[in-house]
Amino acid sequence: MTARDLLPIAAFALLAACVPLFVTSNVVLNFLVFTLIIALAAQGWNLLGGYGGQYSFGHAAFFGTGAYLTAILQVRYGMNAYPAFAAGIALAALVGLAIGFMAFRSGLRGSYFALVTLAFAEVFRVLANASEVTGGAAGILIRLQANPANFQFAERGTFLWVAAALVTLALVATLALERSRLGAQLVAVRENEAAAQALGVDVLAVKLRAIALSAGMTGAAGGLYAQYFLYLDSTIAYGTWISVEALLAPIVGGAGTVFGPLLGAVILHGLAEATKSIAGRIPGIDLVVFGIVLILVVRFPPRDIPGLLKRWRR
Amino acid sequence: MTGTGPDPAILAVRGVTKRFGGLVAVNDATFDVAQGSITGLIGPNGAGKTTLFALVAGFETPSSGLVLLEGEDITGRKPHHLARMGLARTFQIVQPFAGLSVRENIAVGAFLRETRRSAALAVAEEIAARVGLADQLDKPAAALTVAGRKRLEVARALATRPKLLLLDEVLAGLNPSEVRDIVPVVRAIRESGVTVLMIEHVMQAVMNLCERVHVLAQGRIICSGTPADVVAAPQVVEAYLGHGAAARLQGGAHA
Amino acid sequence: MGFPPDIILEAVLNGLLTGAVYGLVALGLTLVYGVLHIINFAHGALLTAAMYAAYVARTALGIDPYIAALPLAALFFLLGYAIQRLVIGPASRGRDENILLVTLGLSIIIENLMLAVFRSDTRSIDVPYAMEVVEFGPALLSYPRLVGFGATFLVGIALFVLMRFTATGKAIRAVAKERTGAALVGIDVAHIYAVTFGIGTACLAISAALLLPSFYVSPRVGNAFVLVAFTIVVLGGMGSVVGALLGGLVIGVVESLSGLYLGESLGQIGIFLIFILVLLVRPTGLFGARA
Repeated sequence: MTARDLLPIAAFALLAACVPLFVTSNVVLNFLVFTLIIALAAQGWNLLGGYGGQYSFGHAAFFGTGAYLTAILQVRYGMNAYPAFAAGIALAALVGLAIGFMAFRSGLRGSYFALVTLAFAEVFRVLANASEVTGGAAGILIRLQANPANFQFAERGTFLWVAAALVTLALVATLALERSRLGAQLVAVRENEAAAQALGVDVLAVKLRAIALSAGMTGAAGGLYAQYFLYLDSTIAYGTWISVEALLAPIVGGAGTVFGPLLGAVILHGLAEATKSIAGRIPGIDLVVFGIVLILVVRFPPRDIPGLLKRWRR
Repeated sequence: MTGTGPDPAILAVRGVTKRFGGLVAVNDATFDVAQGSITGLIGPNGAGKTTLFALVAGFETPSSGLVLLEGEDITGRKPHHLARMGLARTFQIVQPFAGLSVRENIAVGAFLRETRRSAALAVAEEIAARVGLADQLDKPAAALTVAGRKRLEVARALATRPKLLLLDEVLAGLNPSEVRDIVPVVRAIRESGVTVLMIEHVMQAVMNLCERVHVLAQGRIICSGTPADVVAAPQVVEAYLGHGAAARLQGGAHA
Repeated sequence: MGFPPDIILEAVLNGLLTGAVYGLVALGLTLVYGVLHIINFAHGALLTAAMYAAYVARTALGIDPYIAALPLAALFFLLGYAIQRLVIGPASRGRDENILLVTLGLSIIIENLMLAVFRSDTRSIDVPYAMEVVEFGPALLSYPRLVGFGATFLVGIALFVLMRFTATGKAIRAVAKERTGAALVGIDVAHIYAVTFGIGTACLAISAALLLPSFYVSPRVGNAFVLVAFTIVVLGGMGSVVGALLGGLVIGVVESLSGLYLGESLGQIGIFLIFILVLLVRPTGLFGARA
């Protein structure tokens, strides 16, 4: 990694850092924080799905685990928010490792990997909805104590800084992965598993490392969500919405690229806001737009667009 | 088999059999590959050559028999483990990482022995020069010609720094001038100290390159010897041309 | 354990009845997999759409769902045909992960269109026979579910006849077995794909009409069925029609019994665990050679 590689990331960090100095609208700040939380979850998905080609439909399992553990350790065991947040990330990574071990050792790929991750997320959701420690259907509430020592901030702008800092870290980690041996081997696994094996790549070990990192990063997004909204229930933490968001942003913004997930999250949520302002508060209309964008992106991959334009001009 | 003789075997295959359901793809195959040699494995289509390669390289597990690499039993070990031990293979149907550049493709192989990206990329450049891909380093692998892809297969395998390289029909599908270009590359690989075992159909190249040839037909090794011995052996002629062909050919010569 | 035998018997019988309709939902999924070799993630959303269609037929037009079943099936056949021909086929360009994403996109669109139109309220229809029961020995069986059970087997027989004895059925089987060969003998593969997808969607329309008298409908109701349907399809063998129907019965009973022993909310877990277990333990065996 050279200084020049880091330049775009530094530019993002600087831009994000300046926003709270100029933007005071709570609505706008709220939108930005939420988008960054999604971007962080999506950066996590991208490590496994974008670089490794293993499309998870169940990243909610990791988001929810990070979120719930962060909340539960504080509410039920009186732990400080920062170690609770770290524990949430660690547990999410462990859950990723466990699910990955079962799925990858069985050789599940493509649609079957998508299905099994989806099913795991649903199992977690049903369990969280029925269990006492998660607060069951009523959910769990983190007590409001706006103090930096509690990982809570009186100003939304401060929280934006924190979220932007975490996304910046995720971008740097992604870049580091891209430039590392693990990254090269992961991409090799995505492109052709048999060839990767023949070149000495331990495919199972590489996939497991990738899913642990991926799950940990998405778990961090969950923990951040818990600290920002201070409330969780099973459909928030383990709902399909976050599995879809985590997958959609990298696909739209560019899977397997450093900035893809962030870009995708900004585009999608920008579009969602625009749609809502045009169509009014019709429930679900923003998600209809997401679905249409997803199909269009698959039909007309952005990297092909220059070629398509050329053909069209001819 | 321990590598102490004058012409020690780097690879020893002992009574290897592979059954797929009722089909016996490889039947009690036994042969050696001498250290430092270029050895050929030939045989008619469907003889089981590629299956035998898969068994040696760990992509399939033998139903019975042993595979020894430098005297060590490697039967049933995983491909990535064998690659680490110095056994590399190419694929008959080329398997490029299509979305990556030539440089990145070769670097994946180099990363087996290198931990740092800069070192792996440097190895990639050096290997590319050896196989004649130096001017195509930044091309996407998908944009290479057939001959280019074959070279890429060899380059990636070489980048793992193997002791023994298994080449599965690297000359198939190439035109005569492309074949002429690759022959010295294979020879140079051997000169650099890598033992080569190659499956090949292009007999001219086999005659040209190999010191020793094993002939596989219907899953069995039916003949081993120098290329000249092997092509003259009646059982080899029959395996290629059908039962009684050797006698007919001889009869024709007499008439 | 703690329950008297007739309660357990009733649970088993009701499980069988519900399971038959699950089997019908799974039938569409497995048929599409068997021929197109794709996993249709939009299956659940299409079921939701069909249930709303049956709901509208009842509430706006006053048509009984059992009577609406056939016209709805025709309508959804056309819808399915169009979706495959105009959206999934062109957008996926034959790549597995693209099909995955396109059907996911479709499911998001359909589900949220339903949400936009009908809002998130759960709705049910009011038919005189909704609560009727039929005595079967010591057990009381729900009348709508009994109808569903019978209708499922009628649809199963109809499909069997279609596949076995009609030219279209033969073409579908040919494409399922050997796509390239079928194309070479002049079968329009894109058309057959769309017909198959249409039949799968038509099965959903009939399932919806059978489900509606005894189930509520909401924009996300399809999700509840789709994982169940996936489980059935995995259990019965991807692409196997008989497997789907039998798998449906098994899952119906498992759900009914685990609901009895674990309670409503945890009851679903049994199904997911079977699903995960089957996927992990015998994915290739149950999916056939393509997996």
